[in-house]
Amino acid sequence: MKIFIDPPNSLILFDLVERFGHEPLSVMATIQERVDNLEIDMPPMNVTLTDVKNGLKYAGIEVPSGIRGRLAVWGPLIDQAEAAIIMEDAPYSFGCVGCHRTNLLVDFLVRKRKLPTIEIDYPRTEEDARNMVIRVKEFLEGLK
Amino acid sequence: MIKIAQLSCGTEYSGVQYEIEKASRAVGAKMVYPDVEASQIDRSIRDFGFNPVSPQLKLMIARAVHLAEGRYDADAVFIATCFRCAEGALVRNELRRYIQEHTDLPVVTYSFTERMKANQLLTRMEALVTIVSRKELLARERQIGITAGIDSGSTTTKAVVMVDNKIVGKAWTGSGEVLESAQTTLNEALAEAGLKMSDLEAIGTTGYGRFTIGKQMNAKLVQEELTTNSKGAVWLADRQRGEATILDIGGMDNKAITVRDGIPDNFTMGGICAGASGRFLEIVSRRLKVEVTELGALADQGDWRKINMNSYCSVFGIQDLVTSLAEGNTRADVAAAACHSVAEQIYEQQLQEIDVRDPVIQVGGTSLISGMVYAVGEILGKAPIVPPDSQFIGAVGGALLSSGFLEG
Repeated sequence: MKIFIDPPNSLILFDLVERFGHEPLSVMATIQERVDNLEIDMPPMNVTLTDVKNGLKYAGIEVPSGIRGRLAVWGPLIDQAEAAIIMEDAPYSFGCVGCHRTNLLVDFLVRKRKLPTIEIDYPRTEEDARNMVIRVKEFLEGLK
Repeated sequence: MIKIAQLSCGTEYSGVQYEIEKASRAVGAKMVYPDVEASQIDRSIRDFGFNPVSPQLKLMIARAVHLAEGRYDADAVFIATCFRCAEGALVRNELRRYIQEHTDLPVVTYSFTERMKANQLLTRMEALVTIVSRKELLARERQIGITAGIDSGSTTTKAVVMVDNKIVGKAWTGSGEVLESAQTTLNEALAEAGLKMSDLEAIGTTGYGRFTIGKQMNAKLVQEELTTNSKGAVWLADRQRGEATILDIGGMDNKAITVRDGIPDNFTMGGICAGASGRFLEIVSRRLKVEVTELGALADQGDWRKINMNSYCSVFGIQDLVTSLAEGNTRADVAAAACHSVAEQIYEQQLQEIDVRDPVIQVGGTSLISGMVYAVGEILGKAPIVPPDSQFIGAVGGALLSSGFLEG
């Protein structure tokens, strides 16, 4: 199944999803695709004016352009997700999209789709980390 | 190459990063991004004292702290965040103050939308580069020889001829075809001075048409208006030493520039909404059936408090005007309200992006509208200085700075 991970650039969540046999919907591939595009218009990420306009599907015109541009990148990932993992309170070094308002909206858009979703807290201890991996594993295996 | 450190949030996701880099390349500069170790971000946030939630804003702060601590070398700073982002606006303004307090680097701030194009940034980038690379030229306080300055503005074209630090000829006309308007005003200024084109030893051009005119007239100086206007303003006001704030409410955009010893160190240039421009005053004049030159005297007789006019948009502003007249208010009250509305918006939108330093020198064509000067003074709580020939600042700055090339 296609699993949306949040933060959408978390390498750890990406790895867990892949290990347990699902397809992680992460921002890395999406960004890579844009950066590799030979007809790159807007380096470094090739987010163009059209993309920012497309972001209007997820947030209104009064929302700052940086949020709409980000949503143009991962909004479509949320649309195609069949399940999701949301990690709360993750430090920015774990994975982030740079903008807290975008984080809030991404969480909301995932929840709004009422997909099978597991919400986990960022583990602060080794034991919590082990428990987190066990919970994610059970969730992912349950999806099969 | 001049290195401009970029402290920003959202540029790459708004599709404007390329435009920023394009603008910097066009003026011979390079955008650079101060390297910060991840482990240093939290320490920088603690030192700075403002902890935004958005990680990209945390990175902006860490980059600024690294610049202030001399851990990264740059010549100027460009600070930008998304338009309408409150958290971004707070960080942008506080970082601008922080950089000014802790470094000598010139700073410009910008609030962008996805529609921002490189040409909107060109003047700002050019001014940053000039401040860094032409310090000697900017330090010039006296005009020498026989020189002319031409200011090709959006509404009017002005020309000044100077000889040995004195204005000997000046003229202005409504801007039409760029070259023709420039040549006409220059000819008039030369005629007043009793000189010929061939007598001129140097020409300086500024304003929107500066490149075209500069090329045609073989100008020694082709310079954006932030630099020329501030030099012209301090020369005209005889405030070449110490600090000052130059306020220029133009036909299409407004400039607020802080200077130290006549050299700009921070500026803001706005032009998103016509309701806060000289253009709005022109429209108001037409509707009130007075010449724009008479609008100030009319406004002096009125009371802005009787009318609610404070729209950012000139169209809605005119709606307020029509409604006010229909309700029986006097033309004088409407004129006063229009001046107050422009002054209020400049205070809200632009003067918040710089730290206003006394004295405020109000210049440009709108400084001839007495009601406008009164309104600015009322809002700032202190009367601005309006130097003689205040509408000729750009042309005077052009003539003054171009004479710097005569000494080799």
